[in-house]
Amino acid sequence: MYVAVKGGEAAILATHDLVAEARRGDPAVPEISVAQIREQQALACARVMNEGSLYDQDLAALALKQSQGDVIEAAFLMRAYRTTLPRFGSSEPLDTATMAIRRRVSATYKDLPGGQVLGPTYDYTHRLFDFALMDEGGEAPPRKAPAPLDATMPRVPDILGAEGLMEAEEPPEGDPRPFDLTRDPVSFPADRDVRLQSMARGDEGFLLGLGYSVQRGFGGTHPFVGEVRVGEVAVEFVPEELGFAVDLGDVTLTECQMVNQFQGSKDVPPQFTRGYGLVFGHSERKAMSMSLVDRALKARDFGEATNYPAQQDEFVLYHADNVEAAGFVEHLKLPHYVDFQGELELIRRIRREREERLAQEQEAMPEAAE
Amino acid sequence: MPAETMIAPGFSDPVFQSQAAFRALLAALSEPGTLQNVASEIAPPESLATATATALLTLADYETPVWLPEALRNGPAGAWLRFHCAAALVENPAEAAFAVINGLADEPKLSAFNLGTDQFPDRSTTVIVQVAGLEGGSVLTLAGPGILGSHNIAPRGLRSGFTDELRENGALYPLGVDVLLAHGEGLIGLPRSTQIEEAR
Amino acid sequence: MTIHQMPADDTKPAYNYAYLDEQTKRMIRRALLKAVAVPGYQVPFGSREMPLARGWGTGGIQITAAIIGPTDTLKVIDQGADDTTNAVSIRKFFERTADARTCEATNEATIIQTRHRIPEAPLKPGQVMVYQVPMPEPLRRLEPREAETRKMHAWAEYGLMQVKLYEDIARYGEITKTYDYPVMVNDRYVMAPSPIPKFDNPKMHMSPSLQLFGAGREKRIYALPPYTSVRSLDFEDHPFRIQSWTQPCGLCGAGDSYLDEVVIDDQGGRMFVCSDSHYCETRRAEGHRGTMLGDAAASGLVEETTP
Repeated sequence: MYVAVKGGEAAILATHDLVAEARRGDPAVPEISVAQIREQQALACARVMNEGSLYDQDLAALALKQSQGDVIEAAFLMRAYRTTLPRFGSSEPLDTATMAIRRRVSATYKDLPGGQVLGPTYDYTHRLFDFALMDEGGEAPPRKAPAPLDATMPRVPDILGAEGLMEAEEPPEGDPRPFDLTRDPVSFPADRDVRLQSMARGDEGFLLGLGYSVQRGFGGTHPFVGEVRVGEVAVEFVPEELGFAVDLGDVTLTECQMVNQFQGSKDVPPQFTRGYGLVFGHSERKAMSMSLVDRALKARDFGEATNYPAQQDEFVLYHADNVEAAGFVEHLKLPHYVDFQGELELIRRIRREREERLAQEQEAMPEAAE
Repeated sequence: MPAETMIAPGFSDPVFQSQAAFRALLAALSEPGTLQNVASEIAPPESLATATATALLTLADYETPVWLPEALRNGPAGAWLRFHCAAALVENPAEAAFAVINGLADEPKLSAFNLGTDQFPDRSTTVIVQVAGLEGGSVLTLAGPGILGSHNIAPRGLRSGFTDELRENGALYPLGVDVLLAHGEGLIGLPRSTQIEEAR
Repeated sequence: MTIHQMPADDTKPAYNYAYLDEQTKRMIRRALLKAVAVPGYQVPFGSREMPLARGWGTGGIQITAAIIGPTDTLKVIDQGADDTTNAVSIRKFFERTADARTCEATNEATIIQTRHRIPEAPLKPGQVMVYQVPMPEPLRRLEPREAETRKMHAWAEYGLMQVKLYEDIARYGEITKTYDYPVMVNDRYVMAPSPIPKFDNPKMHMSPSLQLFGAGREKRIYALPPYTSVRSLDFEDHPFRIQSWTQPCGLCGAGDSYLDEVVIDDQGGRMFVCSDSHYCETRRAEGHRGTMLGDAAASGLVEETTP
C-alpha cells in the first residue's frame, strides 16, 4: 500500500538546531553573556521589559540573547513567561514625586525647584562613530559620584496644578482597581487605565509614528514637555498577613508629562490639559510618544472631533501590540493552500464562464465586432 | 465551634475533578435535556446537592459573584463557598454570575437575575435550580439547538408557574438566564435557547 | 527584583496540566458555557498570552487546554492534514503539557482541533471540534470598528452583509467568497465559520458533534451545540453552492472530497489530491487507487509499503 511521506516533525526539529547555530554565530568569537547584555545593552533591555510587560533586567537580557537581538521576539518570550507566573497581589501605587532622580528636564520653565538635571542623554552627542569602541579592553570611564541633587523635585504639572492651571486628574469614583488587560478582554470605548496600560506595552515605533502624526496635524494638539524624569522609584507591597507595606526594591522608570493647549468652556475656566507617559527603564522616546497619544485619545473626553488615527482608541489599542501584530502578520507564512484552492477554483471558473459568454455574444452579433 | 471546622472538603484532585465536571456541564448546556452525571466524589455542604456543589467548585471564583438564598448564604453552604471558591456572596440577584435556588421556593423569579445586555448577552446569570428529582414529574418537551427533534424531561419539585418563567426567559432570547436543574449527582441543562412546552 | 522562578532542567513540573493555570481554565470554561447557550454569539474572554504566536492557533489551543482530560484522544489538523508543520507543533504541545493521547483517525478522536478544514469522515455524537479562528467577526471587512459591529449583532442588523454579497453578484454573477463564508446560526447570529472552504459549510449544519471556536488574538469564543441550524447566507435566485472539481483525487480516486492542487512540473502539470490526509490514506488502505498513485510514489509524495 501507499502511505503519505511525513516529514513535518523532523523538519521542525531541524529548524530548532539551525536557530541555535545561527544564534551562536562564528564559534571563534566568544559567546556573549547575559550580564554583558544587561549592563551594556540596557536600553534594549528596557524596551524588552516594556513591550514584554515584565520588569526583570536579567530575563530581558536572556530574552535578547535567546532571540539574537530580535526585540519583538524577546518581548514575546517575556510575555509567554509572565503569563505563567502566580500572582501574589498588586503593589501600592508608585509615587514618582519621590523618584531618585537621574535625569529631569522641563521645556516649560527656564528654571524651577530642583533645577534642570541633564543626566545621561544622547541629546547633545554628535552622531559620529566612536571608532575606539571597535576595540575591546578600553578603560571603563571613571565612575563619578553624582552631584547631590535638591531634595525637593516637584513634578511640573503639580506646579501648574497648584495654580489651578492644569486639568485635575481625579481617580474614578470609588477608586476602583485598575483594569487588567492581560486578564480581561477590552471593550470600547476604553477607559484611560486601559489605554495607558495598552500603550505602556505597545510598540515603541508604532507609538512614535502616531505621536509624530499628532504633531504634524493629524490630531491637532500643541504639546510642551512639561517634564521628563528618569530615576528609581521604590515598589511597596502590603502582604495580607502583615497589614503594612514592605519594600520590594526599586524600579527604574521614565515619566513624561506633556502640557497641552488649554481647554475651557462657559462653565470651566481655561486650563492646560495633560498627556501622560510612564514606562520601565530609561525610555524617553517611548514615554514621550505615549504622552502625545494619551492626550490625543482624550479628545472624546474634551468634546473634540476624533477624525485621526491617534484619537481613536480602537485603532490605537488594537494595533499597538507588536506581539499580537507580529503573530498575525507572520501567520501568513502558514499554509493557506486550502483557501487558495478555493480562490483558484473560483477565478478559473469565472474566467471560463466569461469567455464563453463573450464568445456567445460575438456569435450572436458579428457586426458589433466591426 | 469555629467556622473552619464545619467546612466540608472540596476537590481532592482539583485539576482532573474539575475537568471531568466541566465536561458534564458543557454536555448539559450543549445538549439540553440530557441527564448528565457529575460523579466528583465530594461531600457537599448542607443544603447543596452534590451536583450543585461540584458545579460551583468547577466554575466559581473571586471573579464570579454568587447568589444563595439567605439561609444558605449565612449557613454552612455560604462559608463553604467563600472558603473554596473565594466567591463574593451577593444579596442582589441581578449582580450574580451564578445563583442557586430551591425549585419550590417562591422567590426570586428567574427574571430577577441578570439577563445580560443586547450587546453582551453572555453576562447573564447561570441559575442552578435544586429540584426534588430529575425524573418522575410532569413531562416537559424541549426543542432547539442541541436537540435533534424534541426531547422530554420530567423533573420533580418545581414551583407552580416555573415553566412559564422558563418560557418567558426563552422569549427574551438572545438575552436570558441559563438554567441547570440539579439533584444528587445529576444535572439537566436548560439554556435560554431551549423552547419548552408542557406535554399534554 | 531578582526573585526568579527559574524552571528546573526538566521543565514539565513548572507548568500546570495542559499549560493553563486553573483560574484561566475556569474563565475559559465559563465563556464556553455561555457560548453554547447563545449559538453563534461571540463571547469576549481574557485570552492569555501563549508560548505560541498569535495567529498560529492560540484561541483553539486555549479551548483545547480548557476541555481536555486524561480520557480524551486528540487529533490536530491544519489544511486537513495531520502532518503539516503547525498541526505537528500543536499536537506536540499537548503531548508535552497534557500527556495527551493523540491520533490521526477521525473516528478515534474525542477532540479534533483544526485549522481551515472539517474532516471528510462524518463526525459523531460526543466528538468536539475545536476551530482556530483568525478573524471571528464576520462583519469586520464591512465595518472595522468593534463598537459598531457589536451593535449590529445586538440588533440583528445584517443588511450591510446582504448588500455586500449582492454587490458580488452584480459584479461577478455570483458570491465570490470561497472560504470563511458567513453563516446564519439558529436564525439569529451571523457567524464566521473560520477560514474553512465553503465546501465544508454544509457539514456544520445539524452536526451531531459540538463545535467550539477560539480566536486568541481577538479574544473571542463562540460555539455551535450539536444539531444546530447553520445556514450559509444566499439569495433565492443565487442559492449557495460549494466547490467542485472536474477530476477525482489522484491518489485515492475519491470524488466527494475537497482537493488540493499540487504542481508537479514546470509544464503546467497538475495533480489533485485529498486535502484530508487521513481520509485519503484510509481509502488507499481499503484498496482505492487514483490514476496518479504510481506517479506520486515516483515523485516521493507517497511511499509504497509492503503490508
